Amino acid sequence: MKILVPVKRVVDYNIKPRVKADGSGVETAGVKMSMNPFDEIAVEEAVRLREKGAASEVVVVSIGVQQAQDTLRTAMAMGADRAILVLSDESPEPLAVAKVLKTLVEKEGPSLVVLGKQAIDDDMNATGQMLAGLLGWGQGTFASKVDVADGRVVVSREIDGGTEQVSLALPAIVTADLRLNEPRYASLPNIMKAKKKPLETIAAADLGVDMAPRLSIVSVAEPAERKAGIKLGSATELVEKLRNEAKVI
Amino acid sequence: MTALVLLDHEGGQIRKAALSAVTAAARLGDVHVLVTGDAALAQAASRIAGVSKVLHAADARYAHELAEPLAALLVSLAGGYDHIVAAAGATGKNVLPRAAALLDVQPIPDVVSIVDTQTFVRPIYAGNALATVRSADSKKVLTVRSASFDATPAEGGSAPVEVVAVVDSPDVSRFEAVQLSDSARPDLESARVVVSGGRGMGSEEKFHALDPLADALGAAVGASRAAVDSGFVPNELQVGQTGKIVAPELYMAFGISGAIQHLAGMKDSRVIVAVNKDPEAPIFQVADYGIVGDLFEVVPQLVEELKK
Repeated sequence: MKILVPVKRVVDYNIKPRVKADGSGVETAGVKMSMNPFDEIAVEEAVRLREKGAASEVVVVSIGVQQAQDTLRTAMAMGADRAILVLSDESPEPLAVAKVLKTLVEKEGPSLVVLGKQAIDDDMNATGQMLAGLLGWGQGTFASKVDVADGRVVVSREIDGGTEQVSLALPAIVTADLRLNEPRYASLPNIMKAKKKPLETIAAADLGVDMAPRLSIVSVAEPAERKAGIKLGSATELVEKLRNEAKVI
Repeated sequence: MTALVLLDHEGGQIRKAALSAVTAAARLGDVHVLVTGDAALAQAASRIAGVSKVLHAADARYAHELAEPLAALLVSLAGGYDHIVAAAGATGKNVLPRAAALLDVQPIPDVVSIVDTQTFVRPIYAGNALATVRSADSKKVLTVRSASFDATPAEGGSAPVEVVAVVDSPDVSRFEAVQLSDSARPDLESARVVVSGGRGMGSEEKFHALDPLADALGAAVGASRAAVDSGFVPNELQVGQTGKIVAPELYMAFGISGAIQHLAGMKDSRVIVAVNKDPEAPIFQVADYGIVGDLFEVVPQLVEELKK
């Protein structure tokens, strides 16, 4: 079977984001960009399924600007077989992304789509669920374990009070949580090999999908700063402060 | 205007976070709620203050809140509502985006503040920025952060209960099993005090050093991702961008450095205390009170002091 893995280029998770002075968004010019960490986990899981013989091909896809091809090359260096870049100017909303992905699913015919559970820039946590809805497929979100057998996928899901298992008929959607696996590093030889793997580019405009945003940004602001705290010398002092100054105990 | 709130439940109880979603929905208009599970849950829902109608999805296929049937049910009910709301927990995040896609609307996750019926504030970039967004969709589908809205009282209402008809949905998913971690301590997301440990706790055994302190304070126990990944505690204790978002009165961080992803889960706490050996740890930049020292010495001293 074929596995499709959507990946997103985002501001690197180690960078502290800065809000633009005009309040229109977060500064991304000249900032280090990387693959969304949850998407690395999704790529790793897909590659492991292929290595176990449960899948025959792993196709990665990204929707965004030309530089997103770096993200796709990284995914191919991790083991993905080929890549598709859907070129689009703006960073589209999950609804538009899900619609674009639906057209690619119909074209590529994967049995499984593995996504990250959320992107660390917009923190939406929606694209996988929306794609599953549009396709009428089952969804195994926040996956910490994935087993494919007998035309079904059994997914262990991280829920609020513990873990739950659901069984889904294939084709299906899985979204990766942090504990699903530890993504591998791309070795130098694999990075070189990835440069020769096929990367197809499609213009989003050619897919006939309405990409217009439904949410308009009124403003983006820094959260309120916490006022500077104080260092104390002892537990006695701390309990006294918590009782008499902060009055929380 | 009327809002429909999906009430999520666990272990036969309506989750407290769902009561915060009711509070948020009441800001948008009249409140109807949808609840799955047995009749006792529907009765509990009808007693929530301010709820004017309970829709009870009594059929067994809805009992485990699976996204596929539940999203289809929400879509069938959506015609009568301007807003569809749920708490931003595992259930709301699983079900609402699917329903939104079927309704062709862009969901608005993790709302922390309601400006008006179409304008909402939500954190982005792990809480490093707050975006105010206006939805152009005819229906708004949103999940709300329970730490940002007080819970509606669970008693005082007497809404009528109506059993809703089963709706066709693709038969593609099956519930298999669930493992809930049993804990006598307060729920992490609604606790007044949270005591958290990080990698500095050292081991699963040594993590229990926090137990006497949590007992003394009546606190919930939390953890950083590092402590979870090291196997000290189960993952449902994780506080952070990828775990639980908490905003207690008092948050005490022991052996936690304060990575961006952890701060995203707790920096709206009213008072933050940090105990860490490393004076340069970023956690001290958000802590109201800090002690530079060995947590294994400080914790027992705190327990002693609290007894006085």
